[in-house]
Amino acid sequence: MNQLVFALGTVVVGVFGCVAYYFLSNLILDRIYPAKGEKAGHNINRANAVRPWLFLMPALLLLGLYLLYPVVQSIIYSFFDARGKTFVGLDNWRWLVGDEKFAEAMINNMLWLIVVPALATFFGLISAALTDRIKWGNFAKSLIFMPMAISFIGASVIWKFVYDFRAEGQEQIGILNAIVVAFGGTPEAWITLPFWNNFFLMVILVWIQTGFAMVILSAALRGIPEETIEAAILDGASPFQIFMKIKVPQIWGTIAVVWTTITILVLKVFDIVLAMTNGQWSSQVLANLMFDWMFRGADFGRASTVALVIMLMVTPIMVWNIRNARAEMK
Amino acid sequence: MDNIAGTKSSLTWAVNIAVVALVLLWTIPTFGLLVSSFRDRDQITTSGWWTSMSASERSITTRAGAPSEAVQVGDQWVIEGNLFEAGDGTITAFGINAQRPAEFAPGATAERRGAFITVQENGDYRITSVEQPTGNRGTRIFLASIEDPKFSFDNYERVLFSEGIGRSFLNTFTVTIPATIIPILIAAFAAYALAWMEFPGRALIVATVVGLLVVPLQMSLIPLLKLHNGVGLGKSYLGIWLAHTGFGLPLAVYLLRNYIIGLPREIIESARVDGATDFEIFTKIVLPLSFPALASFAIFQFLWTWNDLLVATVFLGNNEEQLVMTGRLRELLGSRGGDWEILAASAFVSIAVPLVVFFSMQKFLVRGLLAGSVKGG
Repeated sequence: MNQLVFALGTVVVGVFGCVAYYFLSNLILDRIYPAKGEKAGHNINRANAVRPWLFLMPALLLLGLYLLYPVVQSIIYSFFDARGKTFVGLDNWRWLVGDEKFAEAMINNMLWLIVVPALATFFGLISAALTDRIKWGNFAKSLIFMPMAISFIGASVIWKFVYDFRAEGQEQIGILNAIVVAFGGTPEAWITLPFWNNFFLMVILVWIQTGFAMVILSAALRGIPEETIEAAILDGASPFQIFMKIKVPQIWGTIAVVWTTITILVLKVFDIVLAMTNGQWSSQVLANLMFDWMFRGADFGRASTVALVIMLMVTPIMVWNIRNARAEMK
Repeated sequence: MDNIAGTKSSLTWAVNIAVVALVLLWTIPTFGLLVSSFRDRDQITTSGWWTSMSASERSITTRAGAPSEAVQVGDQWVIEGNLFEAGDGTITAFGINAQRPAEFAPGATAERRGAFITVQENGDYRITSVEQPTGNRGTRIFLASIEDPKFSFDNYERVLFSEGIGRSFLNTFTVTIPATIIPILIAAFAAYALAWMEFPGRALIVATVVGLLVVPLQMSLIPLLKLHNGVGLGKSYLGIWLAHTGFGLPLAVYLLRNYIIGLPREIIESARVDGATDFEIFTKIVLPLSFPALASFAIFQFLWTWNDLLVATVFLGNNEEQLVMTGRLRELLGSRGGDWEILAASAFVSIAVPLVVFFSMQKFLVRGLLAGSVKGG
């Protein structure tokens, strides 16, 4: 309980401190350059030039310290040894190229990058199209959307139970194996099957992300001008044709956005692999490999190198986003 | 679009069925674990949760009382008791040999090395022998029993008060509350400056924020861990609040700027003409008008900080005072991987809060998602 009081206290102090910073800094600015007197016009201009920076300062400081500086620092670390003390040139990168686990993680990550965004967008599109046509669509939507609120670790517990395995002949308590047995198959320890286990882990992320895709695509579908659909109906198009030939082409932009957003998430996915297999049975991915080298390997040079690979993979999307944003601002 | 001619087609049935299938597929995994979290430990491990409403059959191997418990009654030595340690059930058969575990019907008498063993339906047993029984372990008895479904809050009671989940719950709150509120305030001021104030370099800053939106957290971990250790923050709550604030800022600034820039220009211009300073405009006009966007981001940030494992693992310690829910769940998955009653209940304690937030504020969440991804990406 003490701790909660402490937390609430910090909130009050922190929020009060922030407010005080903005309030006082503005007050001081107004004192230095008062908007009256003989140099009023000059003062107002001066104050207006300074004020945006007062507003921006805390945000810029934090962004710089917590996101910009680490990028630069990681690049530097990738040329240093495990403790970050001795310069080792390209050793880490050379190690990376020859490392088996890294190759495995790269291949798996590529699989994740193809399968998860594709399936999540696909299911999202289907559920958006279907739920928009029925009365209880909103209720169905919130149920499909619900996994978004569940942590990756919570989702891992939920799915580990689905995949639970008991030796053949025993009563299966995992629903997947129970279904397999009911259809006359043999139960399997799904998450320990090399290669295929990747897909069982991907299912978890698809399960979480479909709701996100659905919500956004559903909004996009509703934004399609009705005239185009009416015209298609008059021309005798079937509902399926309308969907594939009229609706989907008009929301390509949104589909691309959903796809890239999930792609970025996939590159960072780590909790699921950590909790389900911890990279064993050839299910390693980059983010977990990085975590491994950071904590268990205690090798900051190698971990930074792996992190940089993730960064490099995100960069094209980043550039694309920035270009879009700039185009929008003009 | 319901009113368009031709949209109401014969496919309605098929659509309904397809949606039912989708919804079932998406809820069954969670539902299964939810049901299990209320079930009895033994029942979870012996039968699937989908059978939990019907009586479950169990095969039990247990031991009768030790020979030392035998009492002399007349010319016989008797050991008596009940084979069910906890709860109750109905015995359908019993046996004394591992090869034939269901040899005898309840009430029948089995003979083993001069001892006569009788087990009743309710688990009462009686072993009689002429000679005093020796050895230090009781006779092994195999049972086939039918148990009624048992549901209780026992698992929750256990994880909350003796497995440390209760403590972690508090720790998580300690992390999330400041980590949600502080970035909102900082981002709101910055967003206003980027939306409505003229200054050189504005476009560059906006572009940078958009770029930082996708920077993987992994990049920041090592440099910041070193930095925190270097300045003496170490593994502390202050450190993780700052980290969450920093990592949440790009999205916060981006979302809020998109919203604030869409506010009607006339309101802000006329306030300026009336002589209001930017500080006044921001606090008296922009902040109240931006409530929906602030709420959207607050929900995002809350869900994200509550569900986060990576940042907490790196910037907080692994001790009782600092271990958060997600970290505890991960630890339980490792150490108690097979104890589903503990895992299920713990998972639901940790999921409960975000689910409540999610269902009660879904509107804001959806609005935030749309603002965040449809516009700029």
